[in-house]
Amino acid sequence: MTPRYLPLTEADRDEMLGAIGAGSVEALFVDVPESLRMRRPLALERALSEPELVAHLRGLAERNTHTGAELSFLGAGVYDHYVPAVVDAILSRGEFLTAYTPYQPEVSQGVLQAIFEYQTAICELTGMQVSNASGYDGTTVAADACYVAKHVTGRAKVVVAEAVNPQVRQVVKTYAPGFGLEVVEVPHRDGVTDPNELGQVARDAACVIFQQPNFFGCLEPAPELAAAANEHDALAVAHVDPVSLGVLEAPGHYGCALAIGEGQAAGNALAYGGPHYGFLAAREDYIRRMPGRIVGETTDVHGRRGYVLTLQTREQHIRREKATSNITTNQTLLALGGLVYLTWLGPQGLRELGETCTALAAYAKQQLGLPLSFPDRTTFKEFVVRVGRPAREVVAAARERGVHPGYALGRDYAGLDDALLVCVTEKRSPAEIDRLADVLAEVGA
Amino acid sequence: MKLIFEKSRPGRRASSLPRYDLPEPEIAADLRRETPPRLPEVSEPELVRHFTELTSRNYGVDTGFYPLGSCTMKHNPRVNERIVDLPGFRDLHPLQEEDGAQGALELMWRLQEILAEVAGLDAVSLQPAAGSQGELTGLMLMRAYFAERGERRRKVVIPDTAHGTNPASVTMAGYEVVSVRTDPRGNVDLGDLRGKVDAETAGLMLTNPSTLGLFDEGIEEVARIFHDAGALLYYDGANLNAVCGISRPGDMGFDIVHFNLHKTFSQPHGGGGPGAGPIAVRGVLEPFLPVPTVARDADRFRYEYDRPRTIGRVRAFGGPFGVFVRSYAYIRAFGPELREMSEAAVLNANYLLARLKDAYELPFDRLCMHEFVLSARNLKREHGVTALDVAKRLIDHGFHPPTIYFPLIVPEALMIEPTETEPKETLDAFAEAMLDIAREAAEDPDALRRAPTRAVVGRLDEVKAAKRAVVRYAFEDHPDLSEEPARPVAAEAPKGV
Repeated sequence: MTPRYLPLTEADRDEMLGAIGAGSVEALFVDVPESLRMRRPLALERALSEPELVAHLRGLAERNTHTGAELSFLGAGVYDHYVPAVVDAILSRGEFLTAYTPYQPEVSQGVLQAIFEYQTAICELTGMQVSNASGYDGTTVAADACYVAKHVTGRAKVVVAEAVNPQVRQVVKTYAPGFGLEVVEVPHRDGVTDPNELGQVARDAACVIFQQPNFFGCLEPAPELAAAANEHDALAVAHVDPVSLGVLEAPGHYGCALAIGEGQAAGNALAYGGPHYGFLAAREDYIRRMPGRIVGETTDVHGRRGYVLTLQTREQHIRREKATSNITTNQTLLALGGLVYLTWLGPQGLRELGETCTALAAYAKQQLGLPLSFPDRTTFKEFVVRVGRPAREVVAAARERGVHPGYALGRDYAGLDDALLVCVTEKRSPAEIDRLADVLAEVGA
Repeated sequence: MKLIFEKSRPGRRASSLPRYDLPEPEIAADLRRETPPRLPEVSEPELVRHFTELTSRNYGVDTGFYPLGSCTMKHNPRVNERIVDLPGFRDLHPLQEEDGAQGALELMWRLQEILAEVAGLDAVSLQPAAGSQGELTGLMLMRAYFAERGERRRKVVIPDTAHGTNPASVTMAGYEVVSVRTDPRGNVDLGDLRGKVDAETAGLMLTNPSTLGLFDEGIEEVARIFHDAGALLYYDGANLNAVCGISRPGDMGFDIVHFNLHKTFSQPHGGGGPGAGPIAVRGVLEPFLPVPTVARDADRFRYEYDRPRTIGRVRAFGGPFGVFVRSYAYIRAFGPELREMSEAAVLNANYLLARLKDAYELPFDRLCMHEFVLSARNLKREHGVTALDVAKRLIDHGFHPPTIYFPLIVPEALMIEPTETEPKETLDAFAEAMLDIAREAAEDPDALRRAPTRAVVGRLDEVKAAKRAVVRYAFEDHPDLSEEPARPVAAEAPKGV
């Protein structure tokens, strides 16, 4: 079977080899030493026709329990918000889907303008003045922020609140040794970070990273945390949930130097963890230290407005070992999904979404009737309940009844084995929340 | 055309959301947002028209030939988009319990096995989000490996033809770059290399075939030099499309390989991403791989976190899963005949090279692999026309330009990669356009300097963009840049890769 994506016919091949002056395709590989040539076919399973391929992958897909097959209250960094049809419709257009980085601006104005609009939307959301075109995800942008802070301050320590998403902290710790940075964590106190405690370790720190709302869903005293960082000239970095920013204050409005986050909640499917997009925005002062692509406005020879990749002297293809980052391929298509989503929402929709999530989560707290791990805290769309026995057992028992009740925090936090992180998005109805309450009662939580 | 923000009218919206009559908890005043973000206010019909108009101002592989060297812009099969959209993949939460994600884990495990076979290496991590992150991960593995052996090595050797990501990754990993020259045949200069590898050398980063599109004829000796010094070899998989099933990096002597799934295995490039940069390693490096990887116990699949010597996590969850689905689907469409993919890519490139090498200079006169680098320096010398002018004129002929001004060692470089999915007719049409342009350079060089004339904008003033740094819409304060004279300046910086 001739592979279906290969257009050359036998006649084409003969004619082309003739033009090259080669006797065979094999002869084209003359530079590959004989001893390095593979002398057997790759040990791969046989080729599948298109219908067979679909059937095979459908078989794999059907062995996954997705959110349409189970009532899910899982969040913990990736969220089951509704993705509107317009996102899929726009992202499936070949001119976006099958283009690459807009190196040639005259044939890439569509993507360039879209990125410029995305940068504007992220700046508006976060209250910042500059955004890049996206980072890999909500974890790697935190490492990026550390690299910016190291160069801005010349300091060798970063501070991360323990109430920041554990995977974000893990990635920062993986990157830090190469950057020559030490990582110091600040424990949470009853579900939030203490500004005084943070201030004590912020001395000599390049940056301080906290999350709003934090991993437990609790609202941090974010302006006080930023002030504690600023007092010691450490950059204040807020890791924020984009869909919270219609109801929660923007980091740029309370003294942060950088705002970062996982974009998935705004316009991307769950997709078992990716691809999604990370966003990174900053105050104007740091524009020349930003990692990654940035699109800027300019004019063409006729004075018409146009867009180009700009400030490229920061980047690896020019600055090489002195670049602000090694990133090249980013997450543009997912970020465009974010732009379409935020356009779909509009300011009013964003606010309503935040209000609905908060109200539903409050309703869930009340209906579940379980003790809260952090009862004094205001929460956004997630909260932590104590289920009276190992939360993993409760998850397993509830799933047998068709409900995924949330994330067992004991995986990441010592002493929280009986804690369950419950997430409620606008896709969950009060009736579904009642069902969660019933199931948790049935399984003896 | 207008920005979406300029089309905004107060009171319009495209969204509708469920609302319930439930009390809202009080949010403290200093945490509550009072000034709403100025997101666009448009209805759904305006939204769809706006983004559709943007697509009409963009060029993709679906539009036409996209020979952007080193980026492997091949066809993106539509069945892969259908598959990735199956609810079992699309709507699967990454923290789902493993018994509810067996199909996803099996797919990842299968992909790990396939990549190990293609690389000729022992173990795979799917986690890195892109090629550059794969590079950085590989360098972290080197560091962990030497740290455990108690060896302090600080240098990584990179040829002068390398992608900019290589030296940038080296710095981010805390190493120092040592540059090695290219010899007159386009291979790594072995003499120069021997003088630069010593007990302080951690390793080599090499793209093979190189960014010149040439297979390094001395690769076995290169590997010997590093291994004799106790150093490791890293394979930048950007050009793997040339050698799948033909020669394996592990057999060449490489210890770490990254794949660019978006290049070799056809994840759509999405206007700049997403990609994926899985790495394969020799067994001795397996204990240091990022967590988690996917393991198989009889007929069950699970995440493996038990790796005490791991470098840690480099990205959230198991990696960019949607990219894995598409890449797995692409590979399964070929099966063991994956070799034919690389053969066709190499045949297409050599055919184009044969048709063009008399009109443009060929800096290294050899057969090429999946791509080749020409130089427009003859046109510059004789007619004052640059590689940039050639690139812009190609736009008027309906083609996406190749990568230009890269690799850096070739002046006026034009780096052309046709991929395996182009028919001969397309290659012929592109060759005719390139030959036309070479003739036009002699007859009417100004026509090239004015190009493009058939795009939605003419050449753009990149210097003004960098100087003014207008990087977001500023609403009522937005500057009018057209009031300042434009100089059609495009920096001679690499465009591509």
